[in-house]
Amino acid sequence: MDAAIVARGIERHFDDTKAVDGVDLDIPSGEIYGFLGPNGAGKSTMVRVLCTLLAPTGGSATVAGHDVATEPGAVRLQIGVALQEAALDPSQTGAELLRLQARLYGLDKADAQTRFEELGSIIDLGDALDRRIKEYSGGMKRRLDLAAALVHNPRILFLDEPTTGLDPVSRATVWEEIRRLNTDLGMTIFLTTQYLEEADELADRVGIISEGKLVAEDSPDALKRAVGNDVIIVRVDGDPGPARAVLADLDGVVGVDVHGDELTVSAADGAAVISPVAVALSGCAVDVRELTLRTPTLDDVFLELTGNRIQVDQDSSPDPAEEAS
Amino acid sequence: MTARIAPADPDGVVVPSSTIRASRAGFARDVVSVAGRAIRALPREPEAIIPALMVPLFFFVVNIGSLQELGEQAIPGLDVKAFQLPVAIIFAVTGVSRAAALVTDIQDGYFDRLLLTPITRPALLLGLMVADFTLVCALSIPVLVLGLLVGVSFGTGVIGMVVFVLLAGSWGLAFTGFPYAIALKTGNPAAVNSSFILFFPFAFLTTAFLPREALTSWLDTIAGYNPVTYLLDGLRSLLSDGWDGEALLKAVGAVLGVATISMTLCFRALQGRVAQR
Repeated sequence: MDAAIVARGIERHFDDTKAVDGVDLDIPSGEIYGFLGPNGAGKSTMVRVLCTLLAPTGGSATVAGHDVATEPGAVRLQIGVALQEAALDPSQTGAELLRLQARLYGLDKADAQTRFEELGSIIDLGDALDRRIKEYSGGMKRRLDLAAALVHNPRILFLDEPTTGLDPVSRATVWEEIRRLNTDLGMTIFLTTQYLEEADELADRVGIISEGKLVAEDSPDALKRAVGNDVIIVRVDGDPGPARAVLADLDGVVGVDVHGDELTVSAADGAAVISPVAVALSGCAVDVRELTLRTPTLDDVFLELTGNRIQVDQDSSPDPAEEAS
Repeated sequence: MTARIAPADPDGVVVPSSTIRASRAGFARDVVSVAGRAIRALPREPEAIIPALMVPLFFFVVNIGSLQELGEQAIPGLDVKAFQLPVAIIFAVTGVSRAAALVTDIQDGYFDRLLLTPITRPALLLGLMVADFTLVCALSIPVLVLGLLVGVSFGTGVIGMVVFVLLAGSWGLAFTGFPYAIALKTGNPAAVNSSFILFFPFAFLTTAFLPREALTSWLDTIAGYNPVTYLLDGLRSLLSDGWDGEALLKAVGAVLGVATISMTLCFRALQGRVAQR
């Protein structure tokens, strides 16, 4: 299968800050690739490099076979991009914006109309299309932004946190459209997200980025399997330290990590171990607030790899690329 | 024209992808596309247009009212109405630009969306300038009509009126390079607004109110270096003198001189803004 995106040692610095630090990617055509990480991890900077908005400080990358630094014009013809904030002109109507977008991509009126009809289910704005964009809701703007990214029928679609700030219903709609674009049209999709369930739900493969470095990359299931079969989460009041050694000695427990007031117990068979864990905790000098058994999530993967959980915070600091732009 | 967009497919199936693919639209089409968007936006921003229309009309009337009697008595042969009409036109066309809208595009991220398209980069600015030129020429017409209504006549006839508007419009276009340079360099609306300060030396350290021979020596010296002095001379020559090739050439030279500086600044700023920094 052709490679849609290839990156070798991509670096991007902003003064002394390494926003992206030696990232390698090999993404074949037709894949949904989820780029997962917390705010400020370097996701948006990487998207901006791959989309030709930023030159890499080091390394190289090709998108659709064209070098992002030396052939940016050729790359732009092959990609569609929906950036983190819907990049729209509020004074235009939705129809005006789409027509302008089509013209700039060299589409004549007939081709543009054909594309608008093909994108009908994504746009789905009805009469609102002839209203000014400043009157649109957040969900409508997102849909229009996605339509603007697709109007020229790109081979590769970059979506930078496409559902951040959306309500659950709008989020589910966007997920459905992303799946359709991939399965029906074979479009390669590079998706950044800070939502674990989004990466889990959509991505064929997930790359986990932390502090500018790609710390793991595989299918969501494989990543979760690497952590262990089951996870028992214990939240306590006070210091969880004393319980750690006790739990680690139990039969069937693979490992115990402490993070704040939380103990994460990895076990091959969680159902068999949870009772001994509860009994052991009752013998420790800790007050158990919560005891939960579940299968591993990508958050557990992130915790295993970085020692931190992904904190989803819509107001937290953005990538340096966003601040610089 | 309203785009016809198909409603959502009830079966939730996306129509199979057509073979339509992107291509470069070409420089001319890019310029027309950007200009079309900017011109469409003009009537939607009456708050930006109305002051640009009212200020020159106001100054034209007030300057005539305050200077006519004194000026025509003190300087034999001076026709203050004809003398002031080019000044009003300069007031109408100087500093009118889409630079503030460009800053909004930068701040809203829409400029990035444009950069992600295969658009020819200079078209991003030239398209806006085409819209500016259209607007400043349109803003000149009410001032011109008022001048004709109060009795100003053109020694060069209708063709002279057209040249008058085009020359003034060219000056307006040359001046837009400064706010665009500031907009692209800073991306800051306050900085763009402050670019209006440039208007004052150009518009007032010149023969805006009196001929050079009536200016004090220091102001006359400065006016000699101000390109607007030669622009006003050229515009005035169309009213009173008939066709005066030398005055018109100097006016065109003054506009070209300012345009060379301002366009160099703004296209360098564009280069910096669109570079993959």
